[in-house]
Amino acid sequence: MVIQKGKQPQRARLAVAGARNATESVFGASSRADRIGNVLFRSLLLLGMGFALLGMVSIIVWSFVDGAPRLDMNLITAGPSSITPETAGYRTAILGSLYVIGGVILFIVPVGVGAAVYLEEYADQTRWWNRLIEVNIQNLAAVPSIVFGILGLAFIVRGPLDLGFVAAAGSLTLSLLVLPTVILASREAIRAVPPSTRLGSLGLGATQWQTIWHHVLPGALPGIITGVILSVSRAIGEAAPLLLVGAVTFVMFDPSFFEGQFSVLPVQIFNYAGRPQEEFRVLASAGVILMLAVLLVMNSFAIWLRNHYENKNAR
Amino acid sequence: MISKKWLQVAGVAGAFPFILTACGGGDDADASGGGSELSGQIQIDGSSTVGPLSEVAAELFMQKNSGVQVSVAMSGTGGGFERFCNGETDMNDASREISEEEVALCEENGIAYEDVQVANDALALVVNPENPVDCLTVDQAKQIWDEGSSVTTWGDVEGLESGDIADSEITLYGPGTDSGTFDYFTEAINGEEGRIRTDYTDIGEDDQAAVVGVEGDVNAMAYIPYSYFTEAGDSIKPLQIDSGEGCVEPTLENVQSGAYTPLGRGLFVYASDVALEREESVAFMNFYIENSTEITETAGFIPLTEEQMTASNEQIASLTGN
Repeated sequence: MVIQKGKQPQRARLAVAGARNATESVFGASSRADRIGNVLFRSLLLLGMGFALLGMVSIIVWSFVDGAPRLDMNLITAGPSSITPETAGYRTAILGSLYVIGGVILFIVPVGVGAAVYLEEYADQTRWWNRLIEVNIQNLAAVPSIVFGILGLAFIVRGPLDLGFVAAAGSLTLSLLVLPTVILASREAIRAVPPSTRLGSLGLGATQWQTIWHHVLPGALPGIITGVILSVSRAIGEAAPLLLVGAVTFVMFDPSFFEGQFSVLPVQIFNYAGRPQEEFRVLASAGVILMLAVLLVMNSFAIWLRNHYENKNAR
Repeated sequence: MISKKWLQVAGVAGAFPFILTACGGGDDADASGGGSELSGQIQIDGSSTVGPLSEVAAELFMQKNSGVQVSVAMSGTGGGFERFCNGETDMNDASREISEEEVALCEENGIAYEDVQVANDALALVVNPENPVDCLTVDQAKQIWDEGSSVTTWGDVEGLESGDIADSEITLYGPGTDSGTFDYFTEAINGEEGRIRTDYTDIGEDDQAAVVGVEGDVNAMAYIPYSYFTEAGDSIKPLQIDSGEGCVEPTLENVQSGAYTPLGRGLFVYASDVALEREESVAFMNFYIENSTEITETAGFIPLTEEQMTASNEQIASLTGN
């Protein structure tokens, strides 16, 4: 299919144009109302897209205008300061965010993909408990993040796991929050791998595990990575559940994963944005840009990774 | 073949946080200088009003004692006490006294503590600079803010000359119920903590939102902490308060002397006995009091007077047993 790229669309377009001309000459051109409807619907769609773009552009422009004076190296290399906001930065918050998000990725990729593989390839869809699990995962994806924060506080920070208020607890909480999204996206990707691939592999004598590892997963990889990108993007911007599991607003020392206090970018920005002094609000705007940049870097990397494997699969 | 690809993905994904950490870890060495031998961690949580003050204290303290790591969170006075009485933090910033429920929780978990005053603070009722009203009696403030209040326009307030805005509806802004500012205001003006009308705009923990609201509306009124209106300058106007002895302006002197009642108050740090067994915690608390002037003025609060400092030092000493 991909090999014939280039020739086919041209032929197809020609065929469609010919058929359309023939149809119109027999039945007459489409009515005025239909043509107006066509234009109207198109402009509605444009309006929808314009609205989405407007929101994004205004956030970016607003934070650039507000935060421009503070876009310097201190923003990245300096820690927070209440005494000298004009040279303060987000160093400890960036590190905290990276630890938390790194932990999220390490946790959600194996667990999320594993769950998806089980549900798609092994689970018997006619059993009620498997269908119950399915419905629950879908519902879980819509639970407000603060609920996961409370869960994290009760079961991960205190209670059974008793990790304390550390970055690892934040990682686990956010992982639980985004896991349903990863599972749902991975399942879609796995389902999109044609059954003939599996049947061919099984027919040649491969075991079910070999079929999954060598044929299904590589084919589903781009879709799985897309799911992970979306989840990580959501996780990095979350502040509410992290506030509950101990992300503090002021740490001057570099955090570590399993001990000591940590802060994350959105929490730090939230803290600065609420201060009365003008310098802090400029700093908060600069922080918004910083967070967008971090997000952009992480997503570009993941998109590069996805395209890399998409091309490999196509060959 | 394909398992090699997987190894690549896993490798890159796994190395990701470490690569970035390595990038950011360049100037670690800077932090290891410093004067004292003290080391350890001090965890502070609590009021979002006292939080910035503790941050300044922590920052100045760490400049002199680089081995000690002080972190400050702001879950609100109540949220902070819950963690404090659970033994999860060393100190709790408080903009009000510990409540009876919180005392019980601390007792249950065997946490002993002392309240140490670290600064003075004041709330201000603020209005738009265009608003003709300059002074309110405590009773008038209560008429406006009390539970079930029938005041909707400025003219509804008894005995208040509100000129040409008399027929305009009052727009009210107040902090969320988790905030110490809320507890303090409701107790001081309405006579009972938590007692307040329900139809005002709740701005949560974000006092700045009230400043923005009042700045843009001639008929608006809000109550905010001292530091917020000193920073806001001429964009809002603090009202004088008459508690029976004439109108008193919320100035530094009036708050410290206690003339600005009932909206002036002390800010406290509660320190636990467990925390004060460690010398770095004691050093931090002593530092907090000794440098009160520098710390409070940097954070936009009102310094302790001599007598208050003496009292605070006694509180610390009573827990450490020295």
